[in-house]
Parts: sequence; structure tokens; C-alpha cells
Amino acid sequence: MSILQQKLEAGEFAITCEAGPPKGVDVEGELHEVEEISDLIDAFNVTDLQSSAMRMSSVAMCRLLEERDLETVYQMTCRDRNRLGLQSSLLGAWVLGMRNVLALTGDYTTLGDHPQAKPVFDLDSIQLLETIQTLNSGEDLVGNELQGSPQFFAGAAANPGADPLEPQIIKSRMKAQYGAKFFQTQAVYDPEIFANFIEELRSAGVDTPVMVGILPLKSAGMARFMDSNIAGVVIPDSVIKELSDASDTVRKSLEICARVINDTADLCEGVHLMPMGWERYVPDILSQTNL
Amino acid sequence: MILSEPKSWEEIQGYLENDNSVFVLGCGGCDAATGDGGAERVTDLSKKLTEEGWKVSGTRVVEFLCNKALAGMKLARVSEQIEQSDSLLVSCCGIGVQAVSKLVDKQVHPANDTISMGDFHGTWPSEETCKRCGECLLEYTGGICPLTMCIKGLLNGACGGSYQGKCEVEPGRPCGWELIYQRLKDIGRLDLLEQYNPPKTRKKYEFGVPVEERSSLYWAIEAEEE
Repeated sequence: MSILQQKLEAGEFAITCEAGPPKGVDVEGELHEVEEISDLIDAFNVTDLQSSAMRMSSVAMCRLLEERDLETVYQMTCRDRNRLGLQSSLLGAWVLGMRNVLALTGDYTTLGDHPQAKPVFDLDSIQLLETIQTLNSGEDLVGNELQGSPQFFAGAAANPGADPLEPQIIKSRMKAQYGAKFFQTQAVYDPEIFANFIEELRSAGVDTPVMVGILPLKSAGMARFMDSNIAGVVIPDSVIKELSDASDTVRKSLEICARVINDTADLCEGVHLMPMGWERYVPDILSQTNL
Repeated sequence: MILSEPKSWEEIQGYLENDNSVFVLGCGGCDAATGDGGAERVTDLSKKLTEEGWKVSGTRVVEFLCNKALAGMKLARVSEQIEQSDSLLVSCCGIGVQAVSKLVDKQVHPANDTISMGDFHGTWPSEETCKRCGECLLEYTGGICPLTMCIKGLLNGACGGSYQGKCEVEPGRPCGWELIYQRLKDIGRLDLLEQYNPPKTRKKYEFGVPVEERSSLYWAIEAEEE
């Protein structure tokens, strides 16, 4: 059983952090950044061609981390592989040591750096969760018996800032029903929006652990961009002003992250950090929290 | 010319489980030509429905249901009968079902699976499109096709890129699943949003060729050998 699974099932607060594979084969930089903070992190989420930009494969990066005794959450999107490829990659990932998997739809191809690529989306995120459950049960999607089955601990994404929220709650409930054992959320900057999401989710009967998404804003400009361009990311004007008024933007940014964690930790079961190259500041963020 | 195959009677019965009174609508265009729409099918469906205890509130065959202007005019003449119905059963291609769904504020049940464009593309004057997937889901999606209206063709709700009714892919592009959500809410069938739609089997879809016409194809020979 993975550490993440053990912690979440025991009701302990868990901390995950994203690690992005490089565009290229120079992995040392990212590995170094990750190893530096590994004592603070329960599992590293390795992204799967995040934002549809071509990068080294998630499974290879996961393996490099697992070889260093670092637990991973293998992120998997439905964008680039059909049901044959997805099932095959899952089996391979299990053999290579991955135990946690995050099932995602994936960004559309035209949003990335290869907009010419053919989008696949043979399955959607809920069907992928169901596929993982099916493989866990010892069969493939068409009912053929597997020679040895995995026992993945599967999770899914949730978006507290979704507007309207009702279909997001309905979809989250379906994800839980089809095998999501934890949720990692889109970046949160407004604790009230998060509190409302948790309230709606719990009153819809979903008791799946939720890990609040934390993404440091590197500048006021990035904050404005994310607020207007990333679906469901709502950044209050007051936060943008804090950043633009700050003499030390980095300090302020880390302070905002720590504050959001403190304001949401009691409502949820973990934190999911997305440092986007700021892995070195993760200890700063966490040391400012009450965790 | 668009080719459709009738859905099984069992599947159609399942759709109508909660309805007492049904209006049966057929298409006199492509579907009449291929025998899956037209007057004969409408009569057949009405007869079966009556035999099994449903009230058929009315029937109509409209040439080219895909033409919303025409269909709207024809349906206006039977609006009272439609008003008295719990739902409509529409024997047409996926485009026609979607067009009818836009014209009436009742649930619209598809009676067919659309499988092919046939030998050449049909033309239709509206924005509704059909991918001829052969496993029509319009029953569960408020008469709005998730394969064509969602750019990713997702079958189980919007992705994380949907925000305030818009799709992440292009500014101004509506999120298909938001439209489905609103429509289901409007017709009081939000429960359908929690219906799990399994991956498409593509069993009727391959090459757009109906199953019975595939015997000469290489993959069919391979399949038969097993």
C-alpha cells in the first residue's frame, strides 16, 4: 500500500508536490530540486505533458523518482493514448513501481506547443477511473483475464472554482463512485470558494479525501493572467494587489500560499503543491504554515 | 443520404419507462429512404407502444426534420398534442433528433442509431451535427450530442476546462456539457447527468459500413475465423 493511501485512509494530513519532467533528457536539475525537498513530501505528482506541451514521459520520470525511494503519483491524461495505450501504460507503470495514479481528461491539444497533434480522448476521466478499477479487478476493458493484476490507488481532479458548481459536484460524485479515492484540486486562492465547494461536496454525500491545490503566483502579472485564462482559477483582487504592492514579490507569494493552506487545512485532508519551478521555496511555504 | 439503424425495442422501452404519453415523430427524408424513419416506422412504433400500454398522443412524419424552419412549422400544427405528451420519440438521424430537441421543451428520445453518411454527404441547414457513432446517446444528454458539441467528445460531463459556460479551447466556444447540463435542468432530468456512459464500442461505426455489409472486409474475415 502506498504512503499516500496509508495516510489518507488513516485520516492523516498528506502533502503532495508536482514534479514536471523536462523537455529533453537532462533530468538532473529536476531530480535535484525534488530530492532537496523530499523529506517534506509524501508523494510527487509527475505531470503527463502538462498543458499539452511535449515533454519526457511521466512514467520514466516516476521511475527515476521511485528508484530514489520517492513515492510518486503517476498522472495520466486521456489526450494522447487510446484505451489500448492507456491500459498498457498502466500495467507498465505498476511493474515499474508506481502505486498511485491520477486520472485526468487532459488539456486539449491546441493549447500546447504542438497544436497540430491529433487529439485522442478515446476515454474520458471517469471511464479512465473505471478502467483502473477494471484492471485492479484482474481484467482488461473487454473482459480478458490479466496475468497478475495491479492494485492502483486512483485519484482525480476537482475544481472548487468551477462555475456553475453544480455539474462539478455531480461529476465529482461520479468520479468517487467510479473509483477516485482522493481529489487533488485546481489552484485555490480564495478560501471561501474552497469552503463552499467542500460544503457542497460533503452534502452531496462525497466523503472522498480532498487535497487543496496550492500554486505560488510568481508576479501580479501571472496572477492576472491565471485569473482571466485558467478555467476555475479565481484570484481575488486583494491578492493581486498584495503582489503588485509588495517590495519582495517572492516573499509575498510564499506568504499567500501559506495563508491559503492555513485557511483551508481544517476543511480538507491534504495539500497538493504545484510549485512550477519553485520547488526550492516549498520548505519556506510549509514552514510558515501551522501544519 | 444518412443511414440509421433502429434501436432495439428493449432499449426504446427503457427510455420510456417514466413516460405515459408519447408523441411519435418520423422523418420523411433520408431515414424514409433507408426504411428507418418514415411513415411505416412511425406506424410500427405507435402500434407497439399502444400494445405495451403507452398512450400515443399523436404522430407525424416531417420531411427532413433536420430543417428546423420546416420542422418548426409542421410541429406548430400539432403543438397541442405535443403539449399533452410526456416526451417525443423521434425516428430520425442524430441531427434530426437534436433539431427537434431545440424546438420543443420536452424530453426527446432517439429511436435510431445513426451509422453512416451513406455514399455521399447529406446537407442540412442547421448547426447540429452527428458523428454517426452508431450508439446514440441523445437520450441521456438532453438531445444535445456530446461527441460533436464537446470538442473532446467526452461522454461523462465537462472537463476542468469548462468555465462560465465556455470551452477552454477557443474564446466564445460554448461548452457542450454546460449546454447539456442546462437543458437537462430545464426539462427536469438532471438525474441523467449521473448516468455513466461507457466507452463507445464502435461496433456499428467502423468505416461507416453497416455490420451486415462488412463480410468482404479483411477484418471481418479475420473475426470470422476465430
